[in-house]
Amino acid sequence: MTDLETFRTETRAWLETNCPAEMRAPVRGESDMCWGGRNPAFQSEAQKLWMERMAERGWTVPDWPRDYGGGGLSAAETKILRQEMARIGARNPLMSFGISMLGPALLKYGSEEQKKRFLPEIARGEIRWCQGYSEPNAGSDLASLQTKCEDKGDHWLVNGQKVWTSYADKADWIFCLVRTDSQAPKHQGISFLLFDMASPGVSTRPILLISGYSPFCETFFDDVKVPKDQLVGEVNKGWDVAKYLLGHEREMISGMGLGGNGESLGAALAERLSDDPLLRAEVARFDVDAMAFRAMSERFIDQLKAGQAHPAQPSMMKYAGTELNKARHELVMAAGGADALEWESERSKGGKAAREWLRTKANSIEGGTSEIQLGIIAKHILRLPGT
Amino acid sequence: MPLYLTDDQAMLRDTARSFMAGEGAIASQYRKFRDMNCKDGFGHALWRHFGEMGFTGILVDEADGGLGLGHVEAGIVLEEIGRNLTPSPFLITAVTVVEALRGTPLRERWLPGILAGETVGALAVDEGARHRPEAIAMQAERSGNGFALSGRKQFVVQGASADFFVVAAQAAEGLTLFAVEKGANGLDVEGVRLADASIGARLEFERVEVDADAVIGEVGQGEAILSRVLNAGRAGAASEMVGVASGAMDMTVDYLRQRKQFGKLIGEFQTLQHRAAHLYAELEIARAAALKAQQLLDEGGSEAEAMVSVANAKAGRVSTLAVQEGVQMHGGIGMTDEHDIGLYMKRDRVLNALFGDAYYHADRLARLKGY
Ligand SMILES: Cc1cc2nc3c(=O)[nH]c(=O)nc-3n(C[C@H](O)[C@H](O)[C@H](O)COP(=O)(O)OP(=O)(O)OC[C@H]3O[C@@H](n4cnc5c(N)ncnc54)[C@H](O)[C@@H]3O)c2cc1C
Repeated sequence: MTDLETFRTETRAWLETNCPAEMRAPVRGESDMCWGGRNPAFQSEAQKLWMERMAERGWTVPDWPRDYGGGGLSAAETKILRQEMARIGARNPLMSFGISMLGPALLKYGSEEQKKRFLPEIARGEIRWCQGYSEPNAGSDLASLQTKCEDKGDHWLVNGQKVWTSYADKADWIFCLVRTDSQAPKHQGISFLLFDMASPGVSTRPILLISGYSPFCETFFDDVKVPKDQLVGEVNKGWDVAKYLLGHEREMISGMGLGGNGESLGAALAERLSDDPLLRAEVARFDVDAMAFRAMSERFIDQLKAGQAHPAQPSMMKYAGTELNKARHELVMAAGGADALEWESERSKGGKAAREWLRTKANSIEGGTSEIQLGIIAKHILRLPGT
Repeated sequence: MPLYLTDDQAMLRDTARSFMAGEGAIASQYRKFRDMNCKDGFGHALWRHFGEMGFTGILVDEADGGLGLGHVEAGIVLEEIGRNLTPSPFLITAVTVVEALRGTPLRERWLPGILAGETVGALAVDEGARHRPEAIAMQAERSGNGFALSGRKQFVVQGASADFFVVAAQAAEGLTLFAVEKGANGLDVEGVRLADASIGARLEFERVEVDADAVIGEVGQGEAILSRVLNAGRAGAASEMVGVASGAMDMTVDYLRQRKQFGKLIGEFQTLQHRAAHLYAELEIARAAALKAQQLLDEGGSEAEAMVSVANAKAGRVSTLAVQEGVQMHGGIGMTDEHDIGLYMKRDRVLNALFGDAYYHADRLARLKGY
């Protein structure tokens, strides 16, 4: 047996023993995910156990170095772990902006001290992070952000407002873009700062979404003092860190295009399609798109790990994946008919179908809109002339 | 298997790419043979050159003198064929017919000629205007020490120039494949030019007598072989369509970078940028799907059947999108025969119909998935 075959056999056996039965089912929406944090809200004992067991092996972040709390796995081993998890339908043990966004940026731009300090906590799910990028007047045009950060000698002083900050009210720390030079061209005066949401001067106000949930907030900074060693990379060079992180955010969001557990949408909806040939046809066409996208996703990850991916490729994945995910939920709603429209009943699990359908509409807005992704592809991949 | 090309495969791609762009280029092949109203629709010299390059032997086992490679490699060559609209018997002869002959005694009769780029084989499966291999009606009656074949076939690509046909017919024992030589008594071949200038023949079989050793595989066991043959063709056609789409898109993106209107390059208009970017994303997805299908075919993976249909349906839709956007974004010049973009549109239409179109394959996927 090759090393990889041995790894597969051992991994399969370990997962069989350690993945609780309850965790072998897809998550039922955002509220059902395990987010970790200082005051973790586990939905069940099984969820807690699953996260702890995976964290112990470094498998919440299988391909991070062991020194930083990761599993130290190679690209091929990581792929095998994912395949074996998918085989038994094991869900992700930990959902975390620390893992999918901040971690990769720290690995690349953080100081050794910052890596040692923050990464293991992220891997173990002990700190929950939020992302302070957008501001009322800086959305797609992110680099026009105005939150002010002054050098006060022994600390930074932050004043300003962020908006659309997902889970700001539940997060322990924030990674934040701030303006450290208001005179420089807009991309060159931005820095990347980390700080505790419990710092004096930080306040949040939840915003209600069309889905009826309020997972994000307005976030206010009023004379917030931040220790000097919590700035990542160089002063005024935060845009590089921000862009790198956005690539990972897009990758994460594009994963949503994969939906469910790999089962075809048509198979899931089969009963409701038999008397509706047009809907069946649309669903079949969707399944073609979804399975083709799945192949693209696999290829993208393989290329990324081999250093073969174009830096703008996450934009392509994000665009295609999020449009696909929206299409999926339109079809689920159409097939569901009146059942899918119930908003609060127990039968509808509290309006799960309708609320998820509405939530997916944000996929092509958050992390950079579809229009912005198309612009990036046109400019950086197709090299079409800029204006 | 990671979903990108290995070093050897990338080398093959580079070789095929420069070969098709040189020897197989549109002006010297597609246009030349179209404009001379060639009855074959392709050049035999180029086909022999395919043989010298080893392309004809990609799917032929090494023991039989081939390269013993797989569907991924065939797909690599087909993508370059598609990109340059290179007319050749490669897809039908070197992919599907070779697949039919695999492991049968008939390969001694036909493979040497195919390897040399001398012999052309054709696939006679469809009987109606649309690809319906489930509905083959041609009869194969026991007669003498062999069979008598009666019925008709159409859309037999390269049928007019074929040295032999792989024919699917119903024997009493079930579907059976036969290798029928050209010029057989009672066989009438009528070549018809198609929209893309290739030739798709109509065949009439009037009690065409064949020996028992013309049977490919076992009598009544044709379904499994046919399914292998069609999967090879469908995955191959997907790659060729990805190539057609890539060629059309590259041509279009180049045009967007050159053509000026309203005092600026039309590629600066965001509407066009976004449509080009959307097309790019779709094309990358189709390319991944085709590669995945071919890897699964090569590995014998259980999902191969479904993935082949996904690849064909996706590549078909994307290729159609690419040629439509291509002609549109070229404006008036795109409608002229002088410009190549319209040739891509014609080729796309034919390839889309060849092994079942995007509707057929979406339906097939739905059935495979149980709905
Ligand atoms: C559910 C959700 C969660 C989010 N979470 C976070 C978070 O945690 N942290 C955070 O910092 N932000 C978060 N965001 C904010 C998100 O990143 C922004 O909403 C997004 O970048 C778009 O900015 P905007 O809302 O200001 O829209 P605008 O930028 O005002 O865009 C409005 C419209 O104009 C279009 N448009 C704008 N510029 C162009 C252009 N150049 N070309 C063509 N079209 C253009 C856009 O595509 C869009 O259709 C979240 C958003 C949502 C919906």
